[in-house]
Amino acid sequence: MFESLSDKLKKTLKNLRGQGKLTPEHVDAALREIRMALLEADVNYKVAKDFVEAVRIKAEGQEVWNDLKPHEQVVKIVYDELVNLFGGTSSRLVFTKQVPNSVMIVGLQGSGKTTSTGKISKWLAENQERKPLLVSVDVYRPAAREQLKVVGDAVGQSVYTDPETDDPLTLVKGARKHAEELGHDTLIIDTAGRLHIDDELMVELERIKEETRPVEVLFVADAMTGQDAVRSAEEFHKRVGITGVVLTKMDGDARGGAALSIKQVIGQPVKFVGVGEKYDAIEPFYPDRLAQRILGMGDVLTLIEEVQAKVDEEEAQAQLEKIVQNRFTLEDFRNQLRQFKQLGSMSKLMKMLPEQMLGGMSLSDEQSEEVEANLKRTEAMIDSMTKQERRDHTIINASRKTRIANGSGSTIAEVNGLLRQYEQMRKMMQQMNRGGLLGGLGKRMMSGMAGGLGNMLGGGGIPGLPGGGQDFDDEPDETTASLAKRLKRKKKRKKRKKK
Amino acid sequence: MAFWRRKSKEDKFSSSVLGLDKSIEELKEEEKRVEREFGVRFNNAISKTRDSINNRLDTVFESRKKIDEGFLEELEEMLISTDIGVSTTFQIIDTVRKGVSRDEIRDLDALKTAIKNELLIILRSAGKKGIGSETEAPKAVKPYVLMIVGVNGVGKTTTIGKLAQRIKQEQNEVIICAADTFRAAASEQLEIWSQRAGVPIIQQKQGTDPAAVLFDALKSAKAREADVLIVDTAGRLHNKANLMAELEKMKRVAGREVEEAPHETLLVIDAVTGQNGLEQARQFMKVADVTGIVLTKLDGTAKGGIAVAISKELDLPIRYVGIGEKADDLMVFDPEDYVNGLFA
Repeated sequence: MFESLSDKLKKTLKNLRGQGKLTPEHVDAALREIRMALLEADVNYKVAKDFVEAVRIKAEGQEVWNDLKPHEQVVKIVYDELVNLFGGTSSRLVFTKQVPNSVMIVGLQGSGKTTSTGKISKWLAENQERKPLLVSVDVYRPAAREQLKVVGDAVGQSVYTDPETDDPLTLVKGARKHAEELGHDTLIIDTAGRLHIDDELMVELERIKEETRPVEVLFVADAMTGQDAVRSAEEFHKRVGITGVVLTKMDGDARGGAALSIKQVIGQPVKFVGVGEKYDAIEPFYPDRLAQRILGMGDVLTLIEEVQAKVDEEEAQAQLEKIVQNRFTLEDFRNQLRQFKQLGSMSKLMKMLPEQMLGGMSLSDEQSEEVEANLKRTEAMIDSMTKQERRDHTIINASRKTRIANGSGSTIAEVNGLLRQYEQMRKMMQQMNRGGLLGGLGKRMMSGMAGGLGNMLGGGGIPGLPGGGQDFDDEPDETTASLAKRLKRKKKRKKRKKK
Repeated sequence: MAFWRRKSKEDKFSSSVLGLDKSIEELKEEEKRVEREFGVRFNNAISKTRDSINNRLDTVFESRKKIDEGFLEELEEMLISTDIGVSTTFQIIDTVRKGVSRDEIRDLDALKTAIKNELLIILRSAGKKGIGSETEAPKAVKPYVLMIVGVNGVGKTTTIGKLAQRIKQEQNEVIICAADTFRAAASEQLEIWSQRAGVPIIQQKQGTDPAAVLFDALKSAKAREADVLIVDTAGRLHNKANLMAELEKMKRVAGREVEEAPHETLLVIDAVTGQNGLEQARQFMKVADVTGIVLTKLDGTAKGGIAVAISKELDLPIRYVGIGEKADDLMVFDPEDYVNGLFA
């Protein structure tokens, strides 16, 4: 896996502390690393070069700030510049009163047009109160139209088909008429995937555009695309005028540097990001997240939001009350485990957490599998308990332990380990309670999770992860870095206020 | 061309159209001729690119007159733009820089040759490994199981359609197994391809366990004494553990039914793929024992240089390239043609 830019810069700039200013030499060295990181993230060569120059102008001669290490400072400059380049978020499509408004979906073969068409139609129906009609004019690829039909059915949106014709223009005209008659206010046209050098097909796109006068032409780009992204986007833009970009397959581990190149070259915003195979796996675009990803800084915001979205608010509230009354039972513990599992695989979670939060530690796939296995085992053990035992763990004696161990295929030592872990969590939660609970749900879950995570991993025998709240009075060790520190400081402040 | 070789080695008087009453020499001759034709078509497909490296090198050299640091920087840009990756690019630049300082590279031709050689060494050293293991597959194996894997949207289904046609033309009984039970209409798409190629297809309804479809297909291939079974799989991102596990299961099922199956596993990579292709190859190799790469969509402007990076880092040979949408637009990879294409 890639080394994060932050790590590289740390090495390059480690001697800079206390020197007052970022000298040209330092900046040069740092910029080399930045350029490499951008190229490895598939940012176009020229775009990377221009970008690095822009950073140089910002960075040279800057005072080294007191509260940031030099490499952090450079990363911050780069990060700000990237976010700046991507511009604000604007995933809402702009519609007019005309019926129907057409939206054309264009892009290379295999970039994910049909799936995106389905996802966007669902999104528009749910978030912008549109009533979409879908039509596929891909008459070339075998079964392309059937695919859109299946997708449309799956997302519960109407799909216009006409088995009588193989002519894209006839299809589009028919679809428009159909939309008018049935009151569909939005016509989403899934076009054939094509190579941008295919002139014949480009002409066809132009004709469809002329015919439908679309309010939006969305260019679907695969996040895994390399240097060629610029060329294809440019060509499509020249021929049909792109109004926005849909970045797909962002649930993979590609850095997505192509998006930066496309944005730079055509100047149009990324409007949506596809993040999974399910039809609701589409998100508005957040510049800060992509900037972090390109730089290998993790994606802590997404994680927080995912936690917020997936953890049932009411249940969380109930748990909170239990914690306040110190009634956090093993059953609640199991619920928490399950919610945690809902967030996705361990490796995915780890990737979303920024490096400093993990204290420079990274989990290999094997390790995260191990952690996942651990979680599973823990759940199995709790499953093997009786209701009574789950509600009051103090009644679990030696013979009960033997039964639980047998029932879950584990050992008595492991059952003991689980109980210890659980008691620790209880203690931690009590402390948290005394110190006053953190503000929003997100923050609360984060600290709870970091704590839980620390425990889980501790159980798995992986060192180095800050157990984000096991003991608040300990001074943070070397590896526990800024984010965890900040969290702690906040907690302490709140504590003091209460007193 | 592996199947070709297998047949002709096995029995030169086999009923193969090519080998009915021809000697191995004649067969080789013919094979060469066909390959030459492919080479021509390959060049036609690939040379659509307007700003070729060759032209750009010429222009830059004309204005600079010598190979200096400024020239190398331009070269670096050109190489990066092919997606061969930062490390391969630096390796080539280093070689060139050394060559220049030793006075071995004095003109543009020497420079081009040096770069081409560097690329050829990378491609050929990987090439030897994969092919070897494949031709040594036991001759009695029936069916020869060929599994096609890759991330979403790279052209797996199309590749299978083309492969089926190609292998059938080599006088093999081919059966296609539609084990992409996930993507909407994937099976229908493959069915159309199977009709075009005139080979039977084994499929079940969407959502069926792909391993079960594969199991059926293996049984049926054995019953019909088919020579080759080509297995389509659903596109999956390589960082999804559960989907990769599913692939592993398919591999196990195949191995249980037919000795040492799958005998070949091809990873399909889209030529527009950037540096993430390396990670794709790494992960698929881990779970599916990938034996080679199919590089698709080379008829676009993308050069598919990531395949070079994969060959270099992972010793994985490129086996086929896809250069169009028609059934015969799949050809055996030839390092020399490819490197020339990179420059064209």
